Amino acid sequence: MANMPDSSRQFAADTLPAAPGNDASTRGPLESVELLSGNPRRRRDRRFRWLCIATATLSVLILIGLLGSILIQGLPHFTWTLITSGPEPDPHQAGIRPAIFGTLWVCLICGLLTLPIGIATAILLEEYQPKNRIGRFLYGLIQLNITNLAGVPSVVYGLLGLTAFVSMFGLFSSTSQDPEAPSSRYEIGVQYFDQFFSEGERAILIPIDSAAAPMTQPVAGMTALNFYGEEIRPTVLAPGQPLPTNESLQYTLYADAEAGRITHKAWYYFSLPLGRGVLAGALTLMLVILPVVIISSQEALRAVPSSLRAGALGLGATPWQVVWNVTLPSAMPGILTGAILAMSRAIGETAPILIIAGIVYISRAPQHLMDDFTVMPLQLFNWISRPQEDFHSLAAAGIILLLGILLSFNAVAVLIRQKLHKPLS
Amino acid sequence: MNAAGGLAASPARADLDERVSTLLRGEHRPLALVRAREVVIYALLLLCGLFSLLVTVAIVYVLAAETVTFFRFDEVTFSNFFGSTRWNPLLGGEKSFGIWALISGTMLITVIAMAIALPLGLITAVYLSEYAPKRVRNILKPILEVLAGVPTVVYGFFALMTITPVLQWLHSGFSVYNAASAGIAVGILCLPTVCSLAEDALQAVPRALRDGAYGLGSTRFDVSVKVVVPAALSGIISAFLLAIARAVGETMVVALAAGSLPQATIDPREQVQTMTGFMVQMATGDVSNYGTEYYSMYAVAATLFVMTMSLTLIGNLVRRRFREAYE
Repeated sequence: MANMPDSSRQFAADTLPAAPGNDASTRGPLESVELLSGNPRRRRDRRFRWLCIATATLSVLILIGLLGSILIQGLPHFTWTLITSGPEPDPHQAGIRPAIFGTLWVCLICGLLTLPIGIATAILLEEYQPKNRIGRFLYGLIQLNITNLAGVPSVVYGLLGLTAFVSMFGLFSSTSQDPEAPSSRYEIGVQYFDQFFSEGERAILIPIDSAAAPMTQPVAGMTALNFYGEEIRPTVLAPGQPLPTNESLQYTLYADAEAGRITHKAWYYFSLPLGRGVLAGALTLMLVILPVVIISSQEALRAVPSSLRAGALGLGATPWQVVWNVTLPSAMPGILTGAILAMSRAIGETAPILIIAGIVYISRAPQHLMDDFTVMPLQLFNWISRPQEDFHSLAAAGIILLLGILLSFNAVAVLIRQKLHKPLS
Repeated sequence: MNAAGGLAASPARADLDERVSTLLRGEHRPLALVRAREVVIYALLLLCGLFSLLVTVAIVYVLAAETVTFFRFDEVTFSNFFGSTRWNPLLGGEKSFGIWALISGTMLITVIAMAIALPLGLITAVYLSEYAPKRVRNILKPILEVLAGVPTVVYGFFALMTITPVLQWLHSGFSVYNAASAGIAVGILCLPTVCSLAEDALQAVPRALRDGAYGLGSTRFDVSVKVVVPAALSGIISAFLLAIARAVGETMVVALAAGSLPQATIDPREQVQTMTGFMVQMATGDVSNYGTEYYSMYAVAATLFVMTMSLTLIGNLVRRRFREAYE
């Protein structure tokens, strides 16, 4: 298939010069000269060839222009600061570190969720033939559905994620209109505290049961925790009472001190609805790349010669044994290639994450599955849409990093395709 | 097995032995257990398959439900939504929800993009399939793959930082945000899609047709344009429709380069807002989660979904129904 245009070119080259020669023998020398140089069909062919070459050159020029403009603008800003610091307001100190961690979290979770479901769907469609008319109808529906899902704009998936994951259709917000309100959430792994500042400027924490509890008033003899989690008994003074001078003011506060509500979230913190967190982003990205994974896995499975399956079936293997021991190992290079390309699509995807996470200032890596996050392309979008020139250069430097990651992904995919691909038939 | 193990010199042979012994080990399990496992696995696979159907159902349900909520608001009417070209959902001035302002912006960008992507993509596909020597193919194919893998936000940067200044240098009438530069960038972005889908269609035309045409004395141009392209027409049209759907749904490029002023204009030098651009504007701004403008985002998304879904559906139908079978 690949060398077909070559062989046909050879064939055409052999026949074409001969044709005017034949004409020349019957028509005479003058006309033959005209035919050789001025045959309108050959002229058109030559012109079209030049048009083709010009078009092909144009796409090369576009790529050079794209990469060149980014490199020229971005290389001066491509420093260690970019990788090691957060999105500071000063473009010369700003970096993309939290976004790198955000991308890592989101894409890892997304991959772990998508690959099993995607490969399983591909196995179902390719390896288990439908047995009756209802089955055939269902298979056709699923297949048509997958091709159409691949064409849905990713921003629409973002809106689906906003309703289905971030606010969970409002199922958990019966008491309040706002899904972000803490009282309407189901939560695990979180401890709420009311925090006072003592007259000695130390934090005094009072554990409370739920976010909906009323603010604590300081009372004499109450127990509290200090900053290190040790139990203490703060001294409570009536308003207006003079501060004692003979002792430390570390744990002394007035009875009218105002508390503030703070939370300590463990690494396994989980809440429903999911909120604008890492998990909601990963689930949304899963919807975006699922059709890509399914279609590429299907192609990989289809490429496995059916004689292998027939052989295994003939030895008495059950359908799953055929899939697990024969088809899946042979299709693995193809499936992996598709999976890597799908992951590079997930890394570059911006619109759905933008809808889910919004533009927020994130200065650290996500700490738990519900944490606010940003991803690399989103941070770049943020920088590009600012008016200052320096941020544009910074964005260009970030793009170099992003393109570097994506190109190395593509290179790994090509390597896998070449190294692991054994001829099967 | 032991005797065979002694012969296993190559790792491939050892691998085969291992697989055979795995299969043999399975034989000693009770048959009922094996059958039960098959059923459980099939059920799991079926669940995964049904998940993709669930996604579609969820999209349709979410968009429909929120759009209904949108139309329940007093300030929203059908006649305003489908009959007006003024889109002003935010505070300040009289609110108006005329979707045509956004649709016309989307159309303008799509037309510019397709004016670039369709001819260039098709010609490149014909060149790759019919003309190009292997050496050129080996350079051109990876370049198109790289172009296809570049994230859209990068094309947005390219449009804003490179294409717009060039356009402004050529003609001073272009504003900083303009439809032309976003359209050109979307066109470049769709080029690999058109090219690879169209090339697949051209490659699927059987060799005998080309040989027959060459045998009649055709030039390569005649073969390509008069034989191969017509034979692959259904695949090419399907590629075009899928590329149009992609351009209509493209988000980050238009959000960065096309501007944020919804207006019905056909002047490519002006800034426009597309349906996707409006959604990004809503996501980046501080808008309350429960106002009319929040739900207008879903109404716009529903319109976008209907447009792209019908384009992809028609595209896939054309490819299936009108494929010329030559075997």
